[in-house]
This record gives sequence, C-alpha cells and structure tokens, in this order.
Amino acid sequence: MASDDVKLIGAWASPYVMRPRIALNLKGVEYEFLEEKFGSKSELLLKSNPVYKKIPVLLHGGKPICESLIIVQYIDEAWSGHSILPSDPYHRAVARFWGHYIDDKWFPALTGISRAPTDEAKKEAIEQVFAGLKFLEEVLEKSGAGKPFFGGDTIGYIDIALGCNLGWLRATEKLSGLTYLDESKTPLLVCWAEKFSAHEAVKCVMPETDKLVEFAQMLKAKFSAPPSK
Amino acid sequence: MASKGETVVLLDFWVSPFGQRLRIALAEKGVEYEYKEQDLTNKSDLLLKSNPIYKKIPVLIHEAKPISESLIILQYIDEVWPDKTPLLPSQPYARANAHFWADFIDKKLFESGTRLWKLKGEEQEKAKKEFIEALKLLEGELGDKEFFGGETFGYVDVALVPFFAWFHAYETCGKFSIEEECPKIVAWGKRCMERETVSKTLSDPEKVYQFVLYLKKRFGVE
Repeated sequence: MASDDVKLIGAWASPYVMRPRIALNLKGVEYEFLEEKFGSKSELLLKSNPVYKKIPVLLHGGKPICESLIIVQYIDEAWSGHSILPSDPYHRAVARFWGHYIDDKWFPALTGISRAPTDEAKKEAIEQVFAGLKFLEEVLEKSGAGKPFFGGDTIGYIDIALGCNLGWLRATEKLSGLTYLDESKTPLLVCWAEKFSAHEAVKCVMPETDKLVEFAQMLKAKFSAPPSK
Repeated sequence: MASKGETVVLLDFWVSPFGQRLRIALAEKGVEYEYKEQDLTNKSDLLLKSNPIYKKIPVLIHEAKPISESLIILQYIDEVWPDKTPLLPSQPYARANAHFWADFIDKKLFESGTRLWKLKGEEQEKAKKEFIEALKLLEGELGDKEFFGGETFGYVDVALVPFFAWFHAYETCGKFSIEEECPKIVAWGKRCMERETVSKTLSDPEKVYQFVLYLKKRFGVE
C-alpha cells in the first residue's frame, strides 16, 4: 500500500479547495496543506497538474489527483469511514448531477454577477443564482425528508459541492446588498447553510466572509488599476 | 446479461456523440433498451419532464427514473450492470485518472472542436490550435497502450470514441489532417472500430460532416 503521505495543494479563499478539505476531515485523514501564494504557481503545482495548472491538487503517496469533485470521489473510495456518496446508484447519479450543475451553471452565474458587462447580463446572472437555489431547495426537501443535510443526517456529496460556495455567497451578499439565501424564498437552505457552516469538518476551513470581501475588493482594485509605467 | 423485464429508455439524437457513448456502453453490457429519437427543434414533453434543468439529450430513463449528463449516465450504467465489460477500473487512483480524462474530453476537446467548425478566420485558427493541443494530450495519455483502459476497452475509450466519427468534419472545416498531428489516436480509433458495438453505433463520418454543414447554415456561419 502506498504511503499514507497526504498533501493538498490549495489556497484559503478557494471554494474548490474546501471540498477535498471537508472530505478529508469527514474521513479523519490527516494531511499537509500546502498553501499557494496568490499571484504565482509553485513548481509542485505545475508538475502535479500540468494540464490545468490549477488548485486543488491532492497528492496521495506522491500521486496527484486533480479536479475538486473527482478528488472528493477519490477520497470517498480510498478511505473507509464516513460515506460521502450514497450507496444506491440512482442516488449517486442524482448527487453527481447536482455537483455538475453547481459547477457548470450555478457558481459561474454567481461569480458572473460582478463581472457582467451590461445591466441586462447582470440581471440574468442574478436570476440564474436565484433559480438555482430554488432547484436546490427542492432537492433538499425531496432527499432530506426533514433531515438537516442533502446527505441526510450527515454531510454528503451535494452538501460539500454546494456548501463550499457559502463563503463567496455571503461575500457577494455583502458586496451587492442583495440577499440570496432568503428565508422567505428558500427556508430549508437557510437552515442548512447554518448547520453546514457549523459542522466540525467545515468550520475550520470555511473562510471568513469579511476576509473574502477584502480579497474581492483587492482583486477588483488590482485588475481595474491603470497599468504602471 | 440482458435486463430482465427492467425498462430502460434512452432519449437521444442520432448524431450525438454523447448519446453514442451510452449506446456503446449498453451494447457492451448486453442491456436491452428502447431508443427514442428526439426532435431537438421541437422538444418532447418526455424530454422536458425528464431533464427540466438542461432540456438536453441524452437522458437515460431506468425504471421510470431519469438520469442526465452523459458521463454521469455512463458511470450509472457501469454501476448498475457491472458484470459484463466493466468500464471503470477497480482501483481508486486509476478510477480518478479515468474520470479526469473523460472530463477533459468534454471540457477541452469537445469545446474547442465546436468552435473549430463554428468560427472563421483567426478565431477558427485559435480553436484548431487548442483542439490539436487537447488531442495531443490525450494521445500522450494513451501512449503505446492498445486502449485508454490498457488492454481492455474502458471508460475513457467509450467517452472519446464517438468523436472519432467527427474527425473528418473537423479536418475538412479546419483544413488539416488529424492523422498527421495525432497518428496514435487515429490508429486507436481504427482499433475501436473493429468492435461491433462501436462500428454499429458511430455515425458515418460523411453524414456527420453534412450535419455540421447544416448547423453552420443554421447558425449563419457560411
């Protein structure tokens, strides 16, 4: 069996990086967190993920695994204990579908709000975010059946896929003045967000909203500043 | 082993490489299913009800439960009918690697291939460059193996092979030779075509090209 050496290359502000961290915490796996410096990519990162050159990368016994949801599935399979994906193939497919939707449509809409070139585009992005939350509220209602998490009594795949974005969701709320997680619209999700953020496996890796707001403002200033001579 | 009285329905479109992945997998596993060709210009109630989020094919409906997204369906098929032609390897690391490359095909290869036939001029040249780069990375992953799955036809092979029928269209639109750029991939494609499940599923490359021309007209490209 390959060594138990587990490393994760990541950065504090990245929601994608949070996913494997939560998964490893749920499994009780100790790992070394290698924080990337903002604005540069380490040799190790470039060597471990030559295709995308992106974080997160899990290194297990020196072997790299890339793409956050692929890493989460790997962690679920490589270590026993807490089950992240459901055992039934149909429910596994449903979980994977929502993970894909969150990355393919929902989170890009969220980050697209501030980057929207026109008011029309901004309005569309905001609508997408609300629509997505409505879908996810229905999923929680159906699969949860009164349980606190998408995974039932415990955190599962959809919880991780969605929950990692809560930091940025709250930061976006602060920056825009709009409330996305609205008790009158998606009451189950509001309750879920609190429980998820307070979970032992999550709270130590969830970035503080104010720090994310600061980070976003720094990024905006950096990329809109006129070029220096 | 064919399914025993289970209902398996596939909502699909004849030339879709994503649907073809599933047709190949179901055939490899000997699963009987009902194929329902969809009119994508006038989407059926069944399609809209089965995939309300994306409204796209393919959708697999197994015992009245719909599953969407071709790679997710592919995994589902492999898990529900594991005995014949297992597609994913058993070791977690090899599985993660297979998922990575299948995902890469959708993110990079298909995306640049679509821009290649859709765009013109400089944009098309850029797409062509990216397409070739992506295919070369896949060729690197294949190496000297018979299949991406090693000695056996597997998950990444199923994910990629339907695009083999699109090579002629990409080459003609982009005015280049894929065999010149990626000979190992072309040789792999020909090997896969020796499997009946593949040769009976893939569209005729000329028909694919005619379809691309039809799409170009519809999108007002030429």
